[in-house]
Amino acid sequence: MRIAFTPEEEAFRAEVRDFIEAECDPAARRRVNEGLGLAKEDYVAWHKALAAKGWSCPHWPVEHGGRDWTPAQHYIFEEETGDAGCPPPVPFGPEMVAPVVWTFGDDEQKARHLPPILSGDVWWAQGYSEPNAGSDLASLKTKAVLDGDHYVVNGGKTWTTWAQFADWIFLLARTSSEGKRQEGITFLLVDMTAPGIALHPIVTMEGGHEVNQTIFEDVRVPVANRIGEENKGWTYAKFLLGYERFNMAGVPAAKRQMRRLRRIADDQGLAGDPRFRHRMADADIQIRTLESTMLRLLAAATAGKDPGAEASYIKIRGTEIDQLMTELAMEAVGPYTLPFAPNAGAEGWNEEPVGPDYAAPVAPTYFNTRKVTIYGGSNEIQKNIIAKHVLGL
Amino acid sequence: MLDLELSEEQRLLKDSADRFVARDYAFESRREAVAGEDGFRREVWRRFASLGWLGVGLPEDFGGSGGARETAVLMESLGRGLVVEPYLACVVMAAKAVALAGADAQKEELLGGVVSGDLLLSLAYAEPRSRYDPAHVETRAEAAGDAWVLNGRKGLVLNGDTADRFVVSARAAGGVADEDGVALFVVDAGADGVHARGYPTNDGGRAAEVSLENVAVAADALLGGDSTGGARVVAEVVDRAAAAVCAESLGLMAALNDLTVDYAKTREQFGQPIGKFQALQHRMVDMFVALEESRSLTAVYMADVDSAEAAERQLAVSAMKAQCDKAGRAVGQEAIQLHGGIAMTDDYIASHYFKRLSAIHRLFGDIDWHLERYARLAL
Repeated sequence: MRIAFTPEEEAFRAEVRDFIEAECDPAARRRVNEGLGLAKEDYVAWHKALAAKGWSCPHWPVEHGGRDWTPAQHYIFEEETGDAGCPPPVPFGPEMVAPVVWTFGDDEQKARHLPPILSGDVWWAQGYSEPNAGSDLASLKTKAVLDGDHYVVNGGKTWTTWAQFADWIFLLARTSSEGKRQEGITFLLVDMTAPGIALHPIVTMEGGHEVNQTIFEDVRVPVANRIGEENKGWTYAKFLLGYERFNMAGVPAAKRQMRRLRRIADDQGLAGDPRFRHRMADADIQIRTLESTMLRLLAAATAGKDPGAEASYIKIRGTEIDQLMTELAMEAVGPYTLPFAPNAGAEGWNEEPVGPDYAAPVAPTYFNTRKVTIYGGSNEIQKNIIAKHVLGL
Repeated sequence: MLDLELSEEQRLLKDSADRFVARDYAFESRREAVAGEDGFRREVWRRFASLGWLGVGLPEDFGGSGGARETAVLMESLGRGLVVEPYLACVVMAAKAVALAGADAQKEELLGGVVSGDLLLSLAYAEPRSRYDPAHVETRAEAAGDAWVLNGRKGLVLNGDTADRFVVSARAAGGVADEDGVALFVVDAGADGVHARGYPTNDGGRAAEVSLENVAVAADALLGGDSTGGARVVAEVVDRAAAAVCAESLGLMAALNDLTVDYAKTREQFGQPIGKFQALQHRMVDMFVALEESRSLTAVYMADVDSAEAAERQLAVSAMKAQCDKAGRAVGQEAIQLHGGIAMTDDYIASHYFKRLSAIHRLFGDIDWHLERYARLAL
């Protein structure tokens, strides 16, 4: 399928490509293309390069530093940066807290928090899940008690991704236990250097340190750091979840994985194996199908229409395909997925690999990718939502 | 930008087809047609002609209109109605073969007859041993002076029991599965040596096994005067038919999904509608996703069916057929399971949607066949 973009759109694509070639660290891109991990510095360097061009948060409103791009330009930008293996955007600041700040925050909060997110000077973490509040987020127990012009926060958040890098964290805390559970939650912005915050790394099964337990003990948070009204945090949190929806659902990343898979399959002599070829073909068609859904969304957005029902399942299918690709890579590599090299995916690792040089990140990625159908509202929760709101069940 | 919206004319076509199916194509009257002599209703066919549907997908110079996308629009609506009239066999397949391979005089006569509703054609390309390979042609065509003599057996000729004429593929040269050496002939169903054994198919349709025994045909029966490129023409026609049944399956899946969700909202067990059970809800969501994904893929790739590049067409068709068959199988089986016993019955329409989907999965290349071709082209 050749999609007919306009000459202006194609010129924009060329501009994006040229910019990537000039400004995106080839070493970082190579690591992304080989399925290896990146360091914080890689993410920040690319974000800052984009910021210098005015492209770090193009989806933001223009008044806060976003670009007045058409839906097609956003699509092209995501496609090109994804295809080239640029470090993926870190969502917590630019895509999660920022829309809440500019929508519900006061002028002071906007002035204080949006510019450093745009520039890449401040790294954010998300404080939502708790040990006993996962899919049932509204059962959260972390407490914020008003004391003068401060809230005193006590409790614990879990699965805080890259909290070890974070300067700030946005937090859902309980300020009331009366009425409906959803009505007693407040949305707070917390400085990670505040006294009383302790991080406990959680090592996940691939051996990486990506997530943490974040413990709050008598942490004093100025009332000025509350978003909107007290006890209205659930509304803001739901808004945030809704905002996450329109993205490429990992289509460029999946295409990248497919290219790598084909190289591995060739090297392993699987290219002529009909069964494995069929599985690759099936996966490739699934990727094209998801891409077609993205194009439907793009066409609707271009026509100024509501995305409609098709938007509701892209998280489900995008994550399923992500997992499928990591599983096929496992299958293609075969026995040499067994050697355990927990740091193989990390920046700076330069040991002699055991087995083929592409093998090391495959198992860790497969293990790590189990998370994608769990986070961001598990796929079962997504199905509950579709059953209720689309099918009317 | 990409145009995925229906044009004004496509919208009108869809509206008129949807209206026809909803108002004038009741399940009970379809049942009678299926049980009748022809397996469909001649008066409905004439109505199709008057609505202009028998030219959809055929060249404008010969009374037709539109391409693969228009065909798809019509097929989706016909799918929803479980329509048994031979639009697929006659227009999408046999007439298209004439349009692609015929000389102008042949097109004038044959397409004119099809578009007006006066002539029924069927494409006799498959054979008992050809499975999904349109180049596998054992039927022989031997030159006899200016004329030809045909011998062989054609299988699963869709609506071959009522066809006035067949478009027959026969091998004029080469080995059994060679792509070259295949000719296409127009053969009267009543010609000496032609025997069509008609039978019902399990989806409510009709087909025929056609035997050709020393059938003499004149030189002008050879389409386009070309005795070697017929397999490529048939391959394109079969691709177009595959794309068309993908669109049809969208209509079938949509009908089954609606039926299943409605049923789940009203059927009560254990004191509540079964649609309240999460185990069933998630499966209905899977059915919804399967349909919507198939819609997305066909919306984007259907235009490639008209591509001048064979490889581009083949890749698009194989992607669509693999996806729609996979989705159709899941939706069909789940619809039966979620309904429970009622959907097992012949009286309930769900079983008929399911059987039509199952037939589609065995036509024009199954999932494995298309995955193999896709792998060859894309990987």
